[in-house]
Amino acid sequence: MTLAFLNLSWQTVADALSLGGIYALMAVGIGLVFGVLRLVNFAYGQLIMAGAYSIAYASSWGWPTWTGIVLCFAVVLALSALMDRLVFRPLRTSSPAVMLVATFAVAFLLQSIAILAFGQLGTIASSMGPLNQPWDIGGVLVRKIAIVSIAIAACCLVLLQLVLTRTSVGLHMRAAAMDFTTSRMLGVRANRVIGGAVLISGLLAAISAFMLTARNPQVTPIFGLDDTIIVLAGVVLGGLTRPIAATLGGFTIGFASGILGGTLPTNQTQYLPSFLFGAVILVLLIRPSGLFTRGEALVERV
Amino acid sequence: MTTLALEGLNVRYGAVDAVRELSLEVKPGEIVGLIGPNGAGKSSTLHGIMGAAPVVAGDVKLGGRSLVGRRSEDVARAGVALVPEGRRIFAELTVEENLRLGLAARRTAANGHAFDSAFELFPILREFRRRDAGALSGGQQQQLAIARALVAEPDVLLLDEPSLGLAPRIVDLVFETLATIRERGLAVLLVEQRAQRTVALADRSYVLANGHLRLELGPDDAADTDRLIAAYMA
Repeated sequence: MTLAFLNLSWQTVADALSLGGIYALMAVGIGLVFGVLRLVNFAYGQLIMAGAYSIAYASSWGWPTWTGIVLCFAVVLALSALMDRLVFRPLRTSSPAVMLVATFAVAFLLQSIAILAFGQLGTIASSMGPLNQPWDIGGVLVRKIAIVSIAIAACCLVLLQLVLTRTSVGLHMRAAAMDFTTSRMLGVRANRVIGGAVLISGLLAAISAFMLTARNPQVTPIFGLDDTIIVLAGVVLGGLTRPIAATLGGFTIGFASGILGGTLPTNQTQYLPSFLFGAVILVLLIRPSGLFTRGEALVERV
Repeated sequence: MTTLALEGLNVRYGAVDAVRELSLEVKPGEIVGLIGPNGAGKSSTLHGIMGAAPVVAGDVKLGGRSLVGRRSEDVARAGVALVPEGRRIFAELTVEENLRLGLAARRTAANGHAFDSAFELFPILREFRRRDAGALSGGQQQQLAIARALVAEPDVLLLDEPSLGLAPRIVDLVFETLATIRERGLAVLLVEQRAQRTVALADRSYVLANGHLRLELGPDDAADTDRLIAAYMA
């Protein structure tokens, strides 16, 4: 079977699906925290960068691959807990603008630390090499990481959906995202809900860091930065306040960027962001509240 | 079952005194009405109790223990449930999910029958439990808001204008329900604009104006409520 008529190869589609999956995870990680804190965490990319460095250094120290992944989770989770404790929590009652600028500050701080500590040039996470070997699926060669990341992203999203709908902390998170004041008056614990969102968001950052590092083992201080900016556009595209809408937005923009990246002639890939952000602007002009929201909130009947 | 006592409560937003020196008591199995014009401080009183408005002086005591300075969620978990003004149901969650939220403040573990008594009071909720709450009519949403407060099994129920904007038939249902809730031994503090009905139902009603408690009325005053209030305010 061929997709030649679309000028697409199955490799490109698999790759785009995998990028879509990773961006979906990042989008829901950003969206969950936005839901409960009304805070867009611009430092999300630096969490991913820290995770990527953990994998790269573990690999250069000759640690087994799985310990590198464990280190990545430990570092990213510790960092996001610290971020919550030192930055988000003291600023929780500040205006959204203050919180936004604060996350910019954290982002630049972490990036500068990475430049000072690890240098501009970056490190190779060679332990991720095997994941870049192709699998032969019915005559089509697909990078292992593409298949692995599609599977991981799908599992994570299903799990997350179960947590959000079936558990009480998940229900509390969704309610807090809709109306925090009323939720608290019903007995929903603010700290638990915010802590839960930060924890899940950190877990998703660690998973994304692992998969992005496997896709691109060249780890530099700006690792994950472009991805985060694109994901943020995707989250806005989908709808910031609803986890599912944010996820779909992240997936859409990841998939689109994978397809565009695979089909644009090599000498024109620098136009990729222009295409993406142009499309985002168009969508938001037509549907300002996001592509995957129900449009206007249901009118309250009196 | 525990008594709610306000002792010289003062609630202030910035420079505005919303509630001044308010003292009253609601005992188990009692409905106390709080009536008065818009801006009299009725809602501020409830928000002050819930830890959602700044209490600058005085005390709120539940069973003798102070609630002042506690977070809203801790007040709820101490056994005070609020049916907020405008109902504040979660339109995008189902009826059942809204009720599950009410369990957040419950002090005992909920079993599979946690919603039974709420469904008994409001059978329509059982029928519509899988629907989005936003698809319910205003009257059904109000029933949901009351049920959501009750599944927490509170000692004290605060209601902020539960009859606002409802059809007369639904208002009747709400007031009948409050009478049933009183029989169950809850302490009910009812904020209302419908003065006459509130005075008729409540064990005691207080008229609030400019944050001050002005007048106490008993059920016998129901027929003369409007005249009494008018005479007093004039």
